[in-house]
Amino acid sequence: MKVLVAVKRVVDYNVKVRVKADNSGVDLANVKMSMNPFCEIAVEEAVRLKEKGVASEIVVVTIGPNAAQEQLRTALALGADRSILVETNEELNSLAVAKLLKAVVDKEQPQLIILGKQAIDSDNNQTGQMLAALSGFAQGTFASKVEVAGDKVSVTREIDGGLQTVSLALPAIVTTDLRLNEPRYASLPNIMKAKKKPLDVVTPDALGVSTASTVKTLKVEAPAARSAGIKVKSVAELVEKLKNEAKVI
Amino acid sequence: MAILVVAEHTNAALAPATLNVVTAAQKIGGDIHVLVAGAGCAAAAEAAAKVAGVSKVLVADNAAFAHQLPENVAPLIAELGKGYSHVLAAATTNGKNYLPRVAALLDVDQISEIIAVESADTFKRPIYAGNAIATVQSTAAVKVITVRTTGFDAAAAEGGSAAVESVAAGADAGKSSFVGEELAKSDRPELTAAKIVVSGGRGMGNGDNFKHLYALADKLGAAVGASRAAVDAGFVPNDMQVGQTGKIVAPQLYIAVGISGAIQHLAGMKDSKVIVAINKDEEAPIFQVADYGLVADLFEAVPEFEKLV
Repeated sequence: MKVLVAVKRVVDYNVKVRVKADNSGVDLANVKMSMNPFCEIAVEEAVRLKEKGVASEIVVVTIGPNAAQEQLRTALALGADRSILVETNEELNSLAVAKLLKAVVDKEQPQLIILGKQAIDSDNNQTGQMLAALSGFAQGTFASKVEVAGDKVSVTREIDGGLQTVSLALPAIVTTDLRLNEPRYASLPNIMKAKKKPLDVVTPDALGVSTASTVKTLKVEAPAARSAGIKVKSVAELVEKLKNEAKVI
Repeated sequence: MAILVVAEHTNAALAPATLNVVTAAQKIGGDIHVLVAGAGCAAAAEAAAKVAGVSKVLVADNAAFAHQLPENVAPLIAELGKGYSHVLAAATTNGKNYLPRVAALLDVDQISEIIAVESADTFKRPIYAGNAIATVQSTAAVKVITVRTTGFDAAAAEGGSAAVESVAAGADAGKSSFVGEELAKSDRPELTAAKIVVSGGRGMGNGDNFKHLYALADKLGAAVGASRAAVDAGFVPNDMQVGQTGKIVAPQLYIAVGISGAIQHLAGMKDSKVIVAINKDEEAPIFQVADYGLVADLFEAVPEFEKLV
């Protein structure tokens, strides 16, 4: 079974982002970039499926600038077999990304497509669901457990009240939640081997996809800061303040 | 043009999140219709008809909609949505699951987790885990939007008398089926709807020590939450997690116990009205957002707190 994994290059999760002075966006100059953490979990899950003998080939795809080749090499070092960069310098919305991924899905014909549930930059949580709609596939979002059996995949999902399990006909889309697995680190020999694995570069035009958007960002601001209050000396003082000053208990 | 609000419900009852979405719809302005898609969902539809500000309730009652499987409900919402200016749903795990699928079927972008309405086409939403707030404008013919419930007050659950209308329900797409669910059972209020939340972090030490928080919560009528560190350490189940990757809460009172205050956690609770932090480390970042901070050993402070209320 062929597995397709989509990944995104984003600001490293340890970076404290700053809003630009002109409110045009977030300052990304000289900031460390990494693979989106939920995408790392997606790559790890695909590699585990291959180690179990369920997946035969792992293709990893990203949509982004030329520098996103770094994230593809990381995925290759973790165990993906080959990779595709859909190169664009535009910041695309989820629908445009889903359309580009649909074109890759049509060409590659994977049985299972794994994505992160959301990217930690735009926090949209849309791409997997949109790709599922465009492809006409079933979707198992926010997965904490994935089991492939025959022509179906069973996905346990993290939902508001607890866990839900659904059975999906393949081909299907899975989006990862935090607790699906703990991604491994790439070993040095595997990092060296990854440099020789295939990496194809295509453009949105070559895929015949329009990336026009109906949403534009007018401005980006820092959130209203919350100021620190007071320190109380005892539990008794705390309870007194909550009762008489804040009046919340 | 009218606004379609997709109801969050359990078939037997309307979920409180729907009331916040109705308020967001009122801020956009226009006739508000609520869609209740479910199986045996007449009770939820009746409740929706009573919500103040709702002018019509559409009911799609079909076994295929029993568990809100997106493969089945998204085509229905997209088909109905074509006739509306906006389609809104709560940013719950249900709304986040099916609404992007609706947007793609309508060939429009979705705007996720709005926290404010600037005008009928302009909205504010958090990005980068709440470290920046984007103002976005949509030119889509149908604006498909998920609503962060903590950004809007709840509409009055009583006072309306909307007409209830059945819609020809769709069919089972045959691509997915519901196998089962394990829902946490608790007599305490639901985290995202509670007026008071008591949360524990890594400082709790182990899962058994959460009993101190449960005792305090039961005295206060509060829900109990946890930081990601406490969940990852296995102290408590993940549906208790408050934070960017867990639940977003904004209660009247949030009591953070043994929580250091990672950005990830603050993103999930910083809109609470009053924040209390109890931590033995006086340098903990949680104190920078707390209205009342108490530097103390939580194992002494929490039982004392419980006795005093």
